[in-house]
Parts: sequence; C-alpha cells; structure tokens
Amino acid sequence: MSQSTEIAPMASGSPDRLTGFRTFWHYFSVNRGAVIGLFVFILLVLAALFAPLLAPYAPDVQDKTAFLRPPAWQAGGSAQYLLGTDAVGRDILSRLLYGARFSLLIGAVVVTLALTGGITLGLLAGYFRGWVDVAIMRVMDLILAFPSLLLALVLVTILGPGLFNAMLAISLVLQPHFARLVRAAVMAEKSREYVVAAKVAGAGHLRLMLATILPNCLAPLIVQGTLSFSNAILEAAALGFLGLGAQPPTPEWGTMLASAREFILRAWWVVTFPGLAILITVLAINLIGDGLRDALDPKLRRS
Amino acid sequence: MLRYLLNKIALLIPTLVGITICAFAFVRLLPGDPILAMAGEHGVTPARYEELKEQFGYNLPIWQQYARYVGEVATGDFGVSISSKRPVIEEFKTLFPATLELSFFAMIFAMVLGIPAGIFAAVKRGSWFDQSLMGTALVGYSMPIFWWGLLLIIFFSGYLGWTPVSGRMGLQFFFKPITGFMTIDSILYGKWDAFRSALSHLVLPAIVLGTIPLAVIARQTRSAMLEVLGEDYVRTARAKGLSSARVIGVHALRNALIPVVTTIGLQVGTLLAGAILTETIFAWPGIGKWMVDSIFKRDYVVVQSGLLLIALIVMAVNLIVDVLYAVINPRIRAA
Repeated sequence: MSQSTEIAPMASGSPDRLTGFRTFWHYFSVNRGAVIGLFVFILLVLAALFAPLLAPYAPDVQDKTAFLRPPAWQAGGSAQYLLGTDAVGRDILSRLLYGARFSLLIGAVVVTLALTGGITLGLLAGYFRGWVDVAIMRVMDLILAFPSLLLALVLVTILGPGLFNAMLAISLVLQPHFARLVRAAVMAEKSREYVVAAKVAGAGHLRLMLATILPNCLAPLIVQGTLSFSNAILEAAALGFLGLGAQPPTPEWGTMLASAREFILRAWWVVTFPGLAILITVLAINLIGDGLRDALDPKLRRS
Repeated sequence: MLRYLLNKIALLIPTLVGITICAFAFVRLLPGDPILAMAGEHGVTPARYEELKEQFGYNLPIWQQYARYVGEVATGDFGVSISSKRPVIEEFKTLFPATLELSFFAMIFAMVLGIPAGIFAAVKRGSWFDQSLMGTALVGYSMPIFWWGLLLIIFFSGYLGWTPVSGRMGLQFFFKPITGFMTIDSILYGKWDAFRSALSHLVLPAIVLGTIPLAVIARQTRSAMLEVLGEDYVRTARAKGLSSARVIGVHALRNALIPVVTTIGLQVGTLLAGAILTETIFAWPGIGKWMVDSIFKRDYVVVQSGLLLIALIVMAVNLIVDVLYAVINPRIRAA
C-alpha cells in the first residue's frame, strides 16, 4: 500500500498534467471552428455575468412611448433602442443580455443533473451487471423510446409549467445517453489490469468505481456533456416557445419568441434576434463539442 | 433471419410493457384528482363523479386497473376525447396522415440534398465546398427549428407572398380523403389547382422539419464515404481502371449507404419531436399539434393515448430499420 501512495503523486504530478493539457490544447486549437466557438462562448458567459452593467435598461422596464420600435439602423429606429423594442416597449438588447443568464443556467443545471444521474446509474449497471444492469438499462431504453421533446412536454404537464420543472424534465430525458456511455466504458475498463491490480490491493467497490474506473471514462463524457449542454438550451427554448417552459415576463429566449409570434409579419426584429441568440449559443457550443471530440478521442485524432 | 427477427421482437417486450405503464401512470401522476382531470374543466356533480370513477375503474386495486387498461388498449380502445367527444383512435386516424405526409416530404428533402452533398464533400475532402458544407451542416444541426420556421414565414409568406402562412390546403378545396396525403389525393381527383395549393402549403413546413435530418444525413454520408474510400476494394476498383464515377457511385456508395440508412431510420424520433414544433408554427393539422393543443385543453385522455400511440410508432419504425439493416448487411444477422 505504501508503495502505491508513493508512486501516485509522481504519476499525476504537475509536469505530467501540464503536458497533458498542452497535448489537449494542441489538438483542440488545430480546429479553427472550435476556437471560434470557445471565444463566442466566453463572450456569452461575460454577457451573462455582467448583464446588469452592459444592458442599457432593466429587462422588464416598459417604455409606453416606444412600442415595437424597429432597430437603430432601420427607418423609425433610434440609438436609444439598438435592437428595437417589443410589443410592450421593452428593450430587446437588454432582454437578450439577461436571457443569456437563463440559457447558460439551463445548460449548466441540466448537464449537472443528467451527468450525476447518468454516471451513478451507468456505474452501477456496468460494475455490478446482472439484474441491476438489466433493471437500469430497461428503464433507460424506455426513456429513449419516446421522442425527447414529447416526453419533456408530458413531464412538464405533470410537474407544471415553469423553468425549473422544464430543466428537471430535460435532465431526465437526456440522462440515458450518459448512463449508456458510462456503462459501456465501465464494462470495457473493468477487466483491465489496473482495475484488477487495484482490486487485489484491497480497494472497495466504491473506490474502484469512482476513483479507479471513472476517471478513465471521462473523455466521451465530456464530449457528450457538451452536446447535451446545447441540446438542453434548444429543448428548454422549445418548451418556452410552446408556453410550458419559463413563463413571461422572464426574458428567456424561447419565451421571448413565443410572445413575439403574433407580430411576425409586422415586426421582424422581435422574432429574429431572440432566435439568432439561441442559434449562436447552440452553434458555439456544438463547435466546441466537435473540437473536444477531436482533441479527446484518440481514435478520431488526425495523425 | 427469422430467429434474428424473433429475437428483436422479444427484446421489445419489456419496452412495450414499460410504455403502457408510462401511459397508465401519466393520468395518475397528474396533480389533483385524476377523475376531475379526466372529466375536464367543467366540474362534476357527486353522482356523476361516482359514475366516472366506476367507468374509469378507479375503485379497483391498482394492478387490476392496469390490467384493465392494457386490455382496453390491446383491443384498440383508446378512450374518448373529453373536448371533441370523439374516440381518440378516430381522431388519430384523421390526423396521422397529415403528420406522415409532412414527415415523408421532409425526409425526401433531407435525403435528396443530404446524400449527394455528403458524397461530394467526401470526394472533394478539404476543399472549400467541403468546408462550407460542413459549416452549414453544423448550423443546420444547431438550428432552433421553431425560429427557422418563423423566419421562413416572414420571408416567403410575408415579404415575397409566395406561400400561405398556415394550414394544409386552401379552404375552397374539399374532397374525401383517399390516401390522406393531400398532394396525392388531389392528383387522384385530377384537381390541379388543389394540388398546387397542397404543395404550396407543404413546402415550408417540410423544409423546416427536414433541416436537422438534412444536416445529420449530410454529415453521416460524408464520414461514411470517407471511410469507404480508403478501403482496399475501392483501391482495387480504381486499379482495374474503372472510371471515377463508377468507383464512387457503385463500389463506394453502396457500402457507404449502410450506416446512412440506419441514420435515416433513427431520425424518426427527431421527426416526430420536430413535428410538434413545426405543426404548431404552421397550424398543420397533425398529431404534433394535436398533442400540444390537448395539453393546453387539459384533454388528458388524448395526451395519454397520443403518448402511447407515438411511442408505439417509434418502436415499430426502429424495429423495421433494424430488420432492413440486417437484410442489407448480413454481418449483423450472424452476430
């Protein structure tokens, strides 16, 4: 035992980890799209963090003299409202900036919940096999048998509309992907020599699962986590758009689109900008996801 | 082959049971009293309440209720819609062809553009065409389709005035459905202006619904082609002096299409989820809009049975895809 504790710090010492990150960055930065995606994503995080400083107005302030004012560059627009105003005179730019908070929050919460649930179930299924595996994976198959948006809709009907319930529903729907991934990875790793060695050294089930096997399954999980982040934003926006996600006057982008729908033929800007914000965010995250796949998956790595 | 098929069907049984349990549990998990929920918003007298309780079987033990539910569903009894008072299965039968027609044309759109684009990108790997196509595909894949639909309405219906905003057919046309596909029925009746009307209503929703499958198919075709183009038998074909078109079109494509067929099959769930949004935007009278409307009308009998029917369709299509895959790829059957 004492030997292994001596070896461990050397193996994961700082020079090794640094080269690990360098290798990662080397492969990640080859992908120009991924770097652009990362840059846009950082901008979005900054916009969300500093929304109160950046936004010219509070997201729910109504100007009764400026309903459906077009953006600044169009006739009738003014620099006062750069991207125009909505039907009750709220500044669209300010609402979009505050909306970034919701979208990033949705992504973060959903991925955290889905990842935690998926890792737990996948580890249990892949490690113990037998009836535990059968029971867990049958339930996962069942969740995947429904179109994801339909299942999320039905769950929100049960839980009641709202942002939090929408996030819960989406996490539940996305979670089987993680469980399947972890299970497959655990099954592949379980019979490897280092796991057997740890077992012989006296590691318990929990230690074997969490400390020995799990760190070696991280790469596909990170990629899937990124893709789920963007999926969660899309699905939450879709629920908001259908009126079952975040409720007005929350400046969530999907919800903004829902209330803009009736003005589509009169005021293009109330529809265009919130959707563009969703598209840019999701695209940036998917670009990062592609880059991560290239960098983390040695099989797909260009030699 | 028969053993493979039976094996696949046997594996579906637990899922099938699970789906019925989900649909059964749905009504019982709704907040509030399930009978009041099933009875709609109007409220009921105590006498009627007891009657309904008897009718829905809520005074039985839970496992008997479930057995009763499965019995009903197995004999094709999916309940009666609270809002329209019509049997749910009748409503489904009238609305499903609309979703099928929309999904069919969406898939045609995605395949006709996606497969050639993917092949061309793979053949010209690294060219500007390849790069811009893959960039566009990623944009398509990231698209919030409900917004994409609104944008197309703004441009094609609002600005250009080319297409109608909503619905399936001009109101002046009416005929008894034969196939349920408006485009085909109008041809069968020989009404060409009705055909034009049906087509102009169909084109935007089909593009919107087909966008994500298009992106997925283009990406999948490209990567499958790239893999196949590096294989020995393709090199052999080239070495034999066959023309480039023949090598790509026959030797490579035939093998590259195998994973693409699976991808296309797996898009069915995406299509049905997308149909919920697309049909809502374009007021397309299919099962997606039906589900959303029923949720808002609190017509939970429809939601329950719709959930069940849609899950069954997805399951059946996945089974068909599995079988087709085994037919075109003998290696799967042996495994």
